[in-house]
Amino acid sequence: MRIECPFCGPRDASEFAYYGDAKRRPETSGSDVSRQLYEAVYLRDNPAGRHEDLWYHGGGCRSWLRVTRDTRTHEIFGATFAAGEPS
Amino acid sequence: MRYSFLNLAWQALRGHRDWQPAWRDAAPRPHYDIIIIGGGGHGLATAYYLAKEHGIKNVAVLEKGYIGSGNSGRNTTIIRSNYLLPGNEAFYEWSMKLWEGLEQELNYNAMVSQRGVLNLYHSDAQRDAFARRGNAMILAGAGAELLDAAAVRRILPMLDFDNARFPIRGGLLQRRGGTARHDAVVWGYARGASDRGVDIIQNCEVTGFLREGRRVVGVETTRGRIGARKMGLAVAGSSSRVAALADLKLPIESHVLQAFVSEAIKPFIPGVVTFGAGHFYISQSDKGGLVFGGDIDGYNSYAQRGNLPTVEDVCEGGMALMPAIGRLRILRSWGGLVDMSMDGSPIIDKTPVDGLYLNAGWCYGGFKATPASGWCFAHLLARDEPHPVTAAYRLDRFETGHIIDEKGQGAQPNLH
Ligand SMILES: Cc1cc2nc3c(=O)[nH]c(=O)nc-3n(C[C@H](O)[C@H](O)[C@H](O)COP(=O)(O)OP(=O)(O)OC[C@H]3O[C@@H](n4cnc5c(N)ncnc54)[C@H](O)[C@@H]3O)c2cc1C
Repeated sequence: MRIECPFCGPRDASEFAYYGDAKRRPETSGSDVSRQLYEAVYLRDNPAGRHEDLWYHGGGCRSWLRVTRDTRTHEIFGATFAAGEPS
Repeated sequence: MRYSFLNLAWQALRGHRDWQPAWRDAAPRPHYDIIIIGGGGHGLATAYYLAKEHGIKNVAVLEKGYIGSGNSGRNTTIIRSNYLLPGNEAFYEWSMKLWEGLEQELNYNAMVSQRGVLNLYHSDAQRDAFARRGNAMILAGAGAELLDAAAVRRILPMLDFDNARFPIRGGLLQRRGGTARHDAVVWGYARGASDRGVDIIQNCEVTGFLREGRRVVGVETTRGRIGARKMGLAVAGSSSRVAALADLKLPIESHVLQAFVSEAIKPFIPGVVTFGAGHFYISQSDKGGLVFGGDIDGYNSYAQRGNLPTVEDVCEGGMALMPAIGRLRILRSWGGLVDMSMDGSPIIDKTPVDGLYLNAGWCYGGFKATPASGWCFAHLLARDEPHPVTAAYRLDRFETGHIIDEKGQGAQPNLH
């Protein structure tokens, strides 16, 4: 696998560390917090197909990236900065 | 047919013309008492024990491909019961006891070989951790021996004991651990289940559940609708996909684990050895090939194949441990879809959907669990209560905080 890092360009996947599903964590306020946190921490969609991954480019620019990838083929469709474009 | 020396000799004289298929390739009937989804070792063992121990014979095992085409036929066949935590150790030790009697039980040669599993340690801290784990094993009746470097050297003289970075200080040995022939385990359970009336139905993928209110009452499959009172899910890496058909979201990620086999050489490695400083484990098959593997690739995958950085990493681990294998050629490598749970331990439990039961979360280590997983899942399906050794394998443990995290890594499946 090769990930197209928005800062460094295309790099081998071995430069990156995988965190997991890039789904955003829930707000930690409101009445249902413990249930929401349980779901966010422990439950996974785990789809066969398109998946939004979080990868850390430790061997490069050290950015967190949001990578769209097909879990059936490992095809990578694109990567963006997880925190949004740097200003 | 029961296999014996006598009928083997008889068949040999007749040129092996009269052997019958070991099990029936059945066509689906409209309704069963219990349907097991997934024809791997776990599903087939479950059906076998349902028929044998609980007298429930109106059972079908539905397999989307051919039986044993999942992880049951892809693993590195290591069996052991060297766990630390109380929630795990009693279960894996029960499995080891079942392995010890399996061939007599099934009248099938599963090639169970208790050649020993040795986990190496490389530092004082690691030795202390292994001593603690060994004590837990001894308390559970599993047996364990803490070896120093000299004792390890007597078993495995070719290891790189004086490695500059990770010198080998000793190891934790479970003599009762070893390997078994994975396909034979699948076929043996299939034969035993089929003989007792279980229908084994291949090329039959479950594509949906039939619902009545909060209950599931059957499945949609590529071979039509089939009704059942209860359904047990044992589909390993496909657990999330099949559970999603019943609107369930599981604490599981699917990952790829690779394995490798080398060309055959003369006897070199007597048992199973694991490197304690990286993730590398190796044994030698009866044909002479070295069978080895390491970490999962580490990203969600349904591809049943991995990538090269992991291949390199595994081979580096092997070279650090036993440089003598450096000139061997690798014959094959392959990948399997492992069901990584959030604490690294499995789940055998009812689900919130009435009539649907779950057997999943085996991570990269469920082959050794096959007999006890089948035994305990059958118990749950037949009696609607957990078997005592799987009482901790609850689906709701992540919500209640009763996780069983052998490695202490938290909800990060690629670290377990
Ligand atoms: C490379 C590798 C090495 C391993 N090494 C070891 C080891 O040394 N020791 C150890 O203890 N464990 C090991 N494991 C883990 C072990 O192989 C598994 O945990 C175990 O075999 C799981 O058995 P199972 O019966 O649950 O799953 P499987 O054998 O995977 O069976 C599940 C079946 O379900 C079927 N299925 C999926 N979806 C559907 C559907 N919708 N409808 C119908 N059927 C469906 C699949 O086709 C499959 O045949 C290893 C795994 C891998 C991949």
